[in-house]
Amino acid sequence: MKKYLIPALSAAGILALSAVQSDAREYKIGFIGPMSGGAAQLGQQMERGAKLYMKLHKSQLGGHTVKMIVRDSKRPGGPIAKAAAQELITREKVELITGLIFSPNAMSIAPLVNKSKTPVVIMNAGTAFIPNMSPYMVRVSFTMWQSGYIMGQHAAGKLGCKTAVSGYTNYPPGKDSVAAFKKGFESSGGKVIDAIPMGGPAKVPDFTPFFQRAKSKNPNCMYVFVPGGNHAAAVAKTYQALAMRKAGVQLIGPGDITQSSLLQAMGPAAVGVVTASHYNMFLKSAENQAFVKTWQAEYGAKSVPDFVGVGGYDGMAAVYAAIKAANGSKLTADGAMKRLKGWKFNSPRGPISIDPETRDIVQNVYISTVRQKGGLLVQEIQQKFEAVKDKCKELKLGKCGKKLY
Amino acid sequence: MSSFLNEISTVLVFGLAYAMLLFIISVGLSITMGLMGFANLAHGSFAMAGGYVTVTLVSQMNVPFAVALLIAFIVVAFLSIPFERFLYRHLYRRPELDQVLLTIGLVFVSIAGVTFIWGPDPHLILMPEYLQGSINLGFNIFPKYRIFMIVAGAVIVAGLFYGLERTSIGAKIRAAVDNRRMAESCGINTGRIFTWTFALGSGMAALGGGLGIQILGGIKPVFAFEYLVIFLIVVAVGGLGNIRGTFFAALILGIIDFAGKFYFPEGGAFVIFAVTILVLLIRPQGLFGKA
Repeated sequence: MKKYLIPALSAAGILALSAVQSDAREYKIGFIGPMSGGAAQLGQQMERGAKLYMKLHKSQLGGHTVKMIVRDSKRPGGPIAKAAAQELITREKVELITGLIFSPNAMSIAPLVNKSKTPVVIMNAGTAFIPNMSPYMVRVSFTMWQSGYIMGQHAAGKLGCKTAVSGYTNYPPGKDSVAAFKKGFESSGGKVIDAIPMGGPAKVPDFTPFFQRAKSKNPNCMYVFVPGGNHAAAVAKTYQALAMRKAGVQLIGPGDITQSSLLQAMGPAAVGVVTASHYNMFLKSAENQAFVKTWQAEYGAKSVPDFVGVGGYDGMAAVYAAIKAANGSKLTADGAMKRLKGWKFNSPRGPISIDPETRDIVQNVYISTVRQKGGLLVQEIQQKFEAVKDKCKELKLGKCGKKLY
Repeated sequence: MSSFLNEISTVLVFGLAYAMLLFIISVGLSITMGLMGFANLAHGSFAMAGGYVTVTLVSQMNVPFAVALLIAFIVVAFLSIPFERFLYRHLYRRPELDQVLLTIGLVFVSIAGVTFIWGPDPHLILMPEYLQGSINLGFNIFPKYRIFMIVAGAVIVAGLFYGLERTSIGAKIRAAVDNRRMAESCGINTGRIFTWTFALGSGMAALGGGLGIQILGGIKPVFAFEYLVIFLIVVAVGGLGNIRGTFFAALILGIIDFAGKFYFPEGGAFVIFAVTILVLLIRPQGLFGKA
């Protein structure tokens, strides 16, 4: 033992010395997402968005660098994400955690980061009350209430639906989304006549029995929430296969059911579907067109960014803002929150900011319809709602009105 | 009354289409388990391979859907032979745990393999004109594809029954399943029979994988795992190695599954498990299995 002690000590001394001499600091951050399994495409989108931002803004941290450590959360549930966060915090000693596709992933790590005081930037998970679970969480993606409530009002108003059936994947964001839709729809004079739980998020079910049930109720509109990815691809297909449009049922939902990266594969089935969403790749702004162009230059013309990719990109922008503010010192939860409350950014989706009160995203919401143009499907924007806040927290409904930590 | 007829026909037609799919994929697994007592958990991987062959042929080489299904059947049937010859054969007389470990390992390899080649996204195909749209039967409207699925399933079932009940190779297979030693003493080469039956079963699974693309929401890497449980349930409820049992189990489970989800979406997905438990409590050997 003694034999090694002196060289070890001197090595440590040299290391310490060199650390003091250079003022460039490496910030280690943890990234948790589904990198394998059924939702791997979502993890890949999010990681690509984050890495694209890092690549384009490498030189903007004043010599400091960022090391992103990726951990696989595999399934939509909590335990694996929680174990990954624990390992990232205790062993890798990361100073911030980001990523988080599924709501249960984000919920499960809240108690951990509250204890370790690790700041979290949520790049996707959209259940409204998540930021209420930790004072150290900031969300840059979306809340289910932003799209659901507006879609409800739009369905009862412009689309003229008197009755609606909602179908949802049975886990927190699904319940959130249909609750938001119901509130918006019924406050504008519509009536939700059936709400159909359509299985869990882990496995894509055959949607036929659920859609057949909806069809047998003869609603004007059917509002569907499913998580993006494999679930979404199956929704439009089922809707078409059951000839529901001919039966007079209009398919509507949040942007998850017309995810840009899956749109072309959905084919003619998706034409006419109306969604409320904060992003699709067809937004006409200069920021978005430049973003799509750089994305395809980096990942090939076959890859297109969708709302998950933008979540990754903008999330990393927020992380960089926090690191810049720390300026070479340790990234603390308090420091990061101080910087990110009220943070503004010109995102490809339009101007976004973080509400200092709720640490949640404020952004535009677009109503759009899928149309066929040439051989391709595009989403045409009909209406834009500016600077939309989370309605659930505004109305202080249920858990949204409570402090959960 | 008309809404009642509407609901009943909905449940029967959609349930039947699903049942046919379950049967086509599960029958190979049932035979493998009955004939050699081999727990082939990689059966879903062969179905998945069939799905990917079909998708690739249809969307990249513009092969007609029906031809692509046939090619998928042949390709996967032949591909499965080396697996049986070089891997499975060594484990026939080994404990089930060894068999499970080997085949579950193969599932992981196959998932990683297809993710590497085709990526994690689900692949869908554009159906030919004659399978698009729906048929109005007066009392109800059904997607053409589901009707096609039922017809295709019925043809395959009839073919299988004929082959097994009326041909000499069928008689040999039945003999080998019933009593392998006795069949061998009569001069039947059970090893070779098994290879061909295994290939046939894998080919059927591949056919099911191709047919299921439209019904199961596309083909994707996790397919091999996602549907494994339901295939195993069909086999267990039907009784190992029993084709008639597998057919009726698929029929019952397919229709009950659809009805459960249609009438009680909140807990419908569990109805099928409740039925399975019930059947196995009363008849642990399965509906048509030997005690």
